[in-house]
Amino acid sequence: MGAVVGTLTMQTSQRQPSRDKIDDELEMTMVCHRPEGLEQLEAQTNFTKQELQVLYRGFKNECPSGVVNEETFKHIYAQFFPHGDPSTYAHYLFNAFDTRNNGSIKFEDFVMGLSTLLRGTVRDKLEWTFHLYDINKDGFINKEEMTEIVRAIYDMMGKYTYPALKGDVPKQHVDAFFEKMDKNKDGVVTLEEFVLACQEDENMMRSMQLFENVM
Amino acid sequence: MAAGVAAWLPFARAAAIGWMPVANLPMPVAPTNKNKHQDELIILNVSGRRFQTWRNTLDRYPDTLLGSSEKEFFFNEETREYFFDRDPDLFRSILNFYRTGKLHYPRYECISAYDEELAFFGIIPEIISDCCYEEYKDRKRENVERLMDDLEDNKDSKLPNMTFRETMWRAFENPHTSTMALVFYYVTGFFIAISVITNVVETVPCGSMPNQRDIPCGERYTEAFFCMDTACVMIFTVEYLMRLFAAPSRYRFMRSVMSIIDVVAILPYYIGLVMTNNEDVSGAFVTLRVFRVFRIFKFSRHSQGLRILGYTLKSCASELGFLLFSLTMAIIIFATVMFYAEKGSSSSKFTSIPASFWYTIVTMTTLGYGDMVPKTIAGKVFGSICSLSGVLVIALPVPVIVSNFSRIYHQNQRADKRRAQKVQKARLARMRISKCGSSSAFLHSKRNGLNQSLELTGSLEEDQQLKKTTSLLESQHHHLLHCLEKTTNHEFVDERLYEQGYLQTALQNFPSQSPSLSSEEGITGTCCSRRTKKNMQPLSATHTHNLQELSALHIQCGEQQPLNTSRSSLNLMSDESGSLNCKSSGLVTTAIISIPTPPSNNSRASPDAPPPPNPDAPPLPNPGTDVVKISAL
Repeated sequence: MGAVVGTLTMQTSQRQPSRDKIDDELEMTMVCHRPEGLEQLEAQTNFTKQELQVLYRGFKNECPSGVVNEETFKHIYAQFFPHGDPSTYAHYLFNAFDTRNNGSIKFEDFVMGLSTLLRGTVRDKLEWTFHLYDINKDGFINKEEMTEIVRAIYDMMGKYTYPALKGDVPKQHVDAFFEKMDKNKDGVVTLEEFVLACQEDENMMRSMQLFENVM
Repeated sequence: MAAGVAAWLPFARAAAIGWMPVANLPMPVAPTNKNKHQDELIILNVSGRRFQTWRNTLDRYPDTLLGSSEKEFFFNEETREYFFDRDPDLFRSILNFYRTGKLHYPRYECISAYDEELAFFGIIPEIISDCCYEEYKDRKRENVERLMDDLEDNKDSKLPNMTFRETMWRAFENPHTSTMALVFYYVTGFFIAISVITNVVETVPCGSMPNQRDIPCGERYTEAFFCMDTACVMIFTVEYLMRLFAAPSRYRFMRSVMSIIDVVAILPYYIGLVMTNNEDVSGAFVTLRVFRVFRIFKFSRHSQGLRILGYTLKSCASELGFLLFSLTMAIIIFATVMFYAEKGSSSSKFTSIPASFWYTIVTMTTLGYGDMVPKTIAGKVFGSICSLSGVLVIALPVPVIVSNFSRIYHQNQRADKRRAQKVQKARLARMRISKCGSSSAFLHSKRNGLNQSLELTGSLEEDQQLKKTTSLLESQHHHLLHCLEKTTNHEFVDERLYEQGYLQTALQNFPSQSPSLSSEEGITGTCCSRRTKKNMQPLSATHTHNLQELSALHIQCGEQQPLNTSRSSLNLMSDESGSLNCKSSGLVTTAIISIPTPPSNNSRASPDAPPPPNPDAPPLPNPGTDVVKISAL
């Protein structure tokens, strides 16, 4: 008898959250986005038709509903970095790709972002990177934002590194970064400062060319 | 890395731009995409059914067959497709794995067939996705259990060189192994039954003195019952000691349930022996006799159903515990309620809550003795609620226990059925026959081939007949076996001949053996048929044996001299002799293997397959050469 009563109470306590979850799922499945036509995308980006096809196939495979939400994005990115925890960096990446700031990435956003990164001019790439670092999108990168980014990058390394990670390593990176970028030493880096400083750095220019032939 | 995300690798690499400004060191050079072909469709032809997919899809899992360069081995240049001679239905799930990243197990497929396909395509079964993994594991476990059962059956059959102790233990554990064990089994069973019946009858009142009340039989015929008891206990003690002696691990045996039951069954008797004279502990002694009823548990060695029941109860311990717990809760609740409800009424039997327990139990199990009955209205109401809920609570865990019991019982039934079935034995026998069918075919063809070679000329029809009986594949196989024979300098014979040969070698006289041996090595080498012929002779005295040997040899040589062709057939190389024998390429009945000999012969010795027909008799090689020619294969 007591067991019966117990099971009854268990039932009611579970009902509330499950209802919400069902609604959530319903919402997710109802949102099914189809991208614009292939020609339009080809015109807007620097990819050829075949490349777009390949990209879309991969995209659709992982996200059949046509949009990526942050969870999926983090999950996908985590597959590439099994050692550490790339969720923070993925979060910032997601925000960088999500130009409309509505919490989901459509295929167009995805492909535009990739087009900039892979086929864009150097200036475009640097602008994109600046927007990645500028977490609050106020047009300035300050030390806290940079520290966040660097820490996120180090998180991806995981625990087992050689030499072992020490606590202040991100800070050193941030200091070096500001040393290089912040010309007028006002504690923040603007877009122009960033672009200028990067263009002066030979190594960086070379590294930017690294991803020319990714597709 | 999961499937779909492989397509996102370009994205991940592009996103690495975000690290560039932070980095202080130069980046390593990127690997170049050497074959920068466009993503192409590849065709996978699996036993005629064509599957098409992108090359990139397959490349997602580079450590499998389809994802690595291993598939190039299956590439068919003419049709420009990859051909796999496998099951197309199972291939569907495998290809879906590449497409979706999830490996599913189709329920209607045989588990071992599926495992084989996975192994072939280099996919580990552990990545079967959660939706199908449980089913897969269950089926796999069932299969393994079944195989183990079969293995155990086979193991049971024969174990030579067991010590006496091991034999005894096996006899105890499995009474069907020998008649002695069976006798022992039935005797102990009989005595258990006798003992239990004795215990029961002891308490029956039988006959009485006219002025006294009925006394139980036990007190009337004390002597008889005591003798009976003694006999039973002696048997049980002996049995226990024998088991203890035979057990492979005495400590483990002593801890096992059955041995504890045995001990508990016989202990009261001995305690009784010791304590007969002491009056005040006789009460305790009487209580001890209760334990004699444990002898009935000894029947569980004899009855499998009982064992299964015990095992089921053990495996359902959690359900039973839940049942008990919920019952206890319900009893306490209702007892309390009834007590307070009936408190008001006069002469109520519900004197206390524990007293109400009895009522609650009787009511919940729907027994309803009626010795305690509520009188107030409230009591009656609650009493009815109590009985209704009792039914519910008891009915809930029972199906779980029942299904468990049913599953275990059926598993055991299946094992027993298979053991009892002669079909299993027939099946194994058939398999064995087919296995040694090939070897006997080899022996058969050896004899046939030799006979063939000994004939003068094979007529065309006969040749064709023979051609039908030995296909190319068979002949190649035979040749291989023959090579093995040559290598090991032993021959294949069948069982009967082997046994005979075994016996014969014991009798053979060595010196007389040598001439035949040397002659063997000389010209004709080990002529299989000759030896088999020899082996087929019944056991005889050595000299007749040798005579036979010699005669056989003589036949051989004799047949060689006059029949040039046959000799040449022996001495010639495979192609020519083949032609002589059968004038066709289908039957490769001869192979010549030359042991370390002049290279000229080596070059001509070609133990392979179908020789082109060559009606012209080529010149005979020098018979003096030390070539061990093998006759027909």
